[in-house]
Amino acid sequence: MFVLAEMKDTVRIPPWLFHIKFNDAVIEALNKKLANKVVHNVGLCIALWDVTKLEDSYIFPGDGASHTIVNFRYVVFRPFMDEILTGKTKSCSKEGVYVSIGIFDDILIPADAMQHPSRLYPFEQLWAWEYETDDGKHDLFMDIGEEIRFRVVDEIFVDTTPSGPDGTANQPSEISDTESKKTPYTIVGSISEPGLGLLSWWNS
Amino acid sequence: MEVVNENSAMLSNFEVYGLLTDIQAGRGQNKPNKHQQQLATITCETIKYLETKPCKHQSEESITEFMKELQSFNLTKAEKGQILNLCPTTAVEIQLIIEESEERLTEEQIYKLLDIIVKYNPTEADQEEDNSAEMDSSND
Repeated sequence: MFVLAEMKDTVRIPPWLFHIKFNDAVIEALNKKLANKVVHNVGLCIALWDVTKLEDSYIFPGDGASHTIVNFRYVVFRPFMDEILTGKTKSCSKEGVYVSIGIFDDILIPADAMQHPSRLYPFEQLWAWEYETDDGKHDLFMDIGEEIRFRVVDEIFVDTTPSGPDGTANQPSEISDTESKKTPYTIVGSISEPGLGLLSWWNS
Repeated sequence: MEVVNENSAMLSNFEVYGLLTDIQAGRGQNKPNKHQQQLATITCETIKYLETKPCKHQSEESITEFMKELQSFNLTKAEKGQILNLCPTTAVEIQLIIEESEERLTEEQIYKLLDIIVKYNPTEADQEEDNSAEMDSSND
């Protein structure tokens, strides 16, 4: 679920932080920049693991701050393909079930990756697994806030860095709409195997 | 900023839990001050999530012994990592974690694996059962 990512960056320490121990200032600057943020194609950054290399610090003309190239390792949340995770159901829609893990909310289990057969009850807005036994059909509802076990099948990284100014000045509202809908990191899950789905379905 | 290696090592939940509790307590790194809201938020949420997982009851020694015992099963690193993080208690979960488990492990090996997991990761339910069993036997 968590991996270590090695990264390299130039850390700027402003003069009013020169009284702090240098290592602590570097750690604080890196955590401020990366904690709880998604880095494209890397994952959701959690916290700094350690600093592996500090190069010389430089001061540039016009800027009183010191600049240092730092090699460091960061703890990143990035489940690998086919990993099994447990989370809580957040909401249901016709696209599927949205699951949350507390630290990460953009997990979708699409409609075609549910246990077969499942259907959406539009009135309650809930998905249910139509489980057939010898007694007949039982509808096992996927209620909100239930613990659910799923397999990670895909991850989607979207680059949300702002694009440059367009030549045309006619479409301001369109741009703001599309930008607000892009999530930088989405995980697609599946519950179509025995053992996956709500934990209450399999705990006898 | 440059990403040198986006996946240089896999971390177990236990290691991440240890790091984050150290950060929150101020050991090693400084405790997040009021200017580091993001770090405080993510640390708090991740600890909250990991406390519901078996890693809360694991220790370095138990994990080392556990890994040694898993060596005889020829599992990949990812599978061993998942077993450590999830501590499966049923054969169905083992089949989800281990690819082609029916071909690679016999039924006996699957049960042996489940026993090893329970031995090194007693869940709270097991501990409660043990306590109530002791109470029952003492009442007799």
